[in-house]
Amino acid sequence: MTMSHHNNNALQVEKGSIDIVKILLEGRAFFALIVIIIVFSMLSPVYFSTGNFLTMSSHVAVFGLLGIGMLFVILTGGIDLSVGSTLALCGVFAGMLLEGVEIEALDLAFFPSVWVVVVLTCLLGGLVGAINGVLVAYFKVPAFVATLGMLYVARGAALLLTDGLTFNSLSGDPALGNTGFEWLGFNKLFGIPVGVLILFCAAVICMLALSRTPFGRWIYSTGGNARAAELSGVPVNRVKLSVYIISGVCAAMAGIVLASQLTSAGPTAGTTYELTAIAAVVIGGASLMGGRGTVRNTLLGAFVIGFLADGLVIIGVSAYWQMVFTGSVIVFAVMLNNVQYSAKRKSSQQAEKTAEIKREGSRASAT
Amino acid sequence: MSIDTSTVEAAPVILSARNIEKRFGAVQALKEVNFDIYRGQVTTLFGENGAGKSTLMKILSGVIAQTAGEIVLEGESVSFSSPSEAEALGITIIHQELSLAPNLNVRDNIFMGRELTKGRGSVDYKEEARQAELLMEELDEPIHPLTLVEDLRVGQQQIVEIARALSKNSRILIMDEPTSALSATEVETLFKVVQDLKNKGVSIVYISHHLEEALQITDHAVVLRDGAMTAYAPRSDIDLQWIVRHMVGESFDLGSPPTGYEQGSTALSIQNLYISDDKVAGRYVVEDLSLDVRAGEIVCIYGLMGAGRTELLECVAGRTRQSSGDILLNSTDVSHYNIAQRIERGLVLVPEDRQRDGLVPTLSVGRNLSLASIHAFTRKGLTSSSLEAEMINSAIDKVHIKTDGGEAAIGSLSGGNQQKVVIGKMLATHPDVIILDEPSRGIDVGAKAEVFKLLSQGARRGLAVVFTTSEVSECLSIPHRVLVMSKGRISAEFKPGVTKDEIMAASGESVAA
Repeated sequence: MTMSHHNNNALQVEKGSIDIVKILLEGRAFFALIVIIIVFSMLSPVYFSTGNFLTMSSHVAVFGLLGIGMLFVILTGGIDLSVGSTLALCGVFAGMLLEGVEIEALDLAFFPSVWVVVVLTCLLGGLVGAINGVLVAYFKVPAFVATLGMLYVARGAALLLTDGLTFNSLSGDPALGNTGFEWLGFNKLFGIPVGVLILFCAAVICMLALSRTPFGRWIYSTGGNARAAELSGVPVNRVKLSVYIISGVCAAMAGIVLASQLTSAGPTAGTTYELTAIAAVVIGGASLMGGRGTVRNTLLGAFVIGFLADGLVIIGVSAYWQMVFTGSVIVFAVMLNNVQYSAKRKSSQQAEKTAEIKREGSRASAT
Repeated sequence: MSIDTSTVEAAPVILSARNIEKRFGAVQALKEVNFDIYRGQVTTLFGENGAGKSTLMKILSGVIAQTAGEIVLEGESVSFSSPSEAEALGITIIHQELSLAPNLNVRDNIFMGRELTKGRGSVDYKEEARQAELLMEELDEPIHPLTLVEDLRVGQQQIVEIARALSKNSRILIMDEPTSALSATEVETLFKVVQDLKNKGVSIVYISHHLEEALQITDHAVVLRDGAMTAYAPRSDIDLQWIVRHMVGESFDLGSPPTGYEQGSTALSIQNLYISDDKVAGRYVVEDLSLDVRAGEIVCIYGLMGAGRTELLECVAGRTRQSSGDILLNSTDVSHYNIAQRIERGLVLVPEDRQRDGLVPTLSVGRNLSLASIHAFTRKGLTSSSLEAEMINSAIDKVHIKTDGGEAAIGSLSGGNQQKVVIGKMLATHPDVIILDEPSRGIDVGAKAEVFKLLSQGARRGLAVVFTTSEVSECLSIPHRVLVMSKGRISAEFKPGVTKDEIMAASGESVAA
């Protein structure tokens, strides 16, 4: 019995030293964010101020919304390359609705109020996502290909809808009762930009959905092993369809926030944003193979990218260097993912050995 | 297979392991293991999961280094720090998961990484093909060298892997569970190849969970338990009981049919079931199969690979649809229900391949256990972690999973405990009927006995149990009824008193001598 005590102690000590590394690894997105804030605050006096943080946060809102939607898809082992285009399509759709829809045959013009516009736009985003989802889940088109196709189709549709032009008059007319669109991007509630609040509401709902509902559990199990999930009664195809719809709706919300922030809705908005969204998810430690990742870490990932990019702008680094930096951060993050997962494997092997020792110990004490 | 004892004694020792020890941190995985490998003979390592077989193999093949002890190869102490160094000395390991590239042909796989070149670095495909063809002929498996590996059956792939080892002039071949994915005829072919290799003077180290099979082929047995060698003897001195006794350390029994209670009414009824073969149009993998199982009854389906067992079970569970026929659960036709609905109604499947179909590797032990019954701990749309923890703990308790707790990673469990997680997950849904496809596959004898005990306990509580097996000894354990399946049909039905020979004869298998 003394023998096994000794062993346990040895393991405990080892565990203690592993823990610090583990904390640093698991909280790496958080620590990276802190480092970014410290470094840029030292380099520029403007960086560390409430005003700047709020501005940067409203930039993050767009990436954050896309990233959360992307997280759902990536958790199931899929990918959604169409979110940038969906964002643009939904943005111009909202812009079009705000400028008024004329139905010539009836000689009528509709000016839907802002909340109707928001709901319809989200529905459009959901529809785009549903097409992706049906292709992936039921027609078994590889997610990469299906959503790559949608990347082109949605962008094309956005350009067609506007003839390549941009909607600039989104403010509405008090007489028509459709004012207030800027409120979404510009205004503040309790001192916080509304876009950021939208992001946090979406994040809280999604966090709850992933961690506390059967649906969330289905997503994680589908991404971890779809065959096993299916045999356990998980409606795998419906789960896959749903995550693309969620991603589409998130892209629509991001499109609304972006259009409102820019007070214009252009068909070329959000180009390559899908890649930024994927980067946010990956920096947040999610596995592209599916099954691993959280909303909190994805948000941190989005903040890392946003605060880094804005910081580089503030200290006057050229746009070209910004791309080099962002790219390096993404690759470094994925490298750390691998380190973390291999460390986990090792620690689980350690756990197995510990269990073995315990078994042996109990066997010895039984005899 | 008769073995001439005199040649066994006369064969020279090619490799000796002397006092091999291996420690992982504070854990001793191997202690003072001593044994010899004889030239041109088969040495089999027996042992439960976690007994140290793989660790020993990894040391012998240079994957890891021993902590203490020495390896003596033909009288000289050797050490190698990588598999390629071991290969240079003529020791090659063939892993359970074959390391072939399925997208390449036989020739390219055999010479992968050691391409023959003709000056200037261009590959001499002609010479490679010639040698590959020669090797395959030598192994009595004349596969064309340009055949893609993915077009070969698993058994043939294994032989390609052996050919690759031979092309490196291996003198010692380590084979880890080579028969686990093979059909009976493929096993026969493999054993013929092994015999050939022996005649050529190649020594073989063999690992298998399939004890009866290993006994057919081996010349020496080494038994490991808890990292220590418990026994070592030539084939002529041993039998199955001897191996099992030394593996588990006590006399050992897979159980007998549970009795002393009334079986209930028919729980599962399969009527005139046809399942079409998705590879060959117009053919059926299951033909006109009918089967009734009563509550509390344990039915075992014995059959060879390709008999249609897996197809039958997957269809009953709802993964695939039958072409015709009905599946009744407690007198309700469930033919048009999906998997989730069948689980809800009380019909669950424990799949054959637990890594592929049973476990979600990214989830913890606990979340794997609760996966099929999430709604049981969901209140007002939200999962309750306290109710879930309660459920997980009771499941861990009920099926005796050895784990640090529900939070442990699924990969930290041994094969047997992983299997118990899959079974526990399905039992947690409170089923009326549980069907298990080869539940004892790849788990050690002790875990197997525990699994069978669980099934007996379930049956006593009124659970209808159907399980398949390809080991005859399991047919003679807990089932109340043994069905033999062959070519998609039930070819015979037996009561518990049946002999092994009768079962094997009915399955179309030649009775092994």
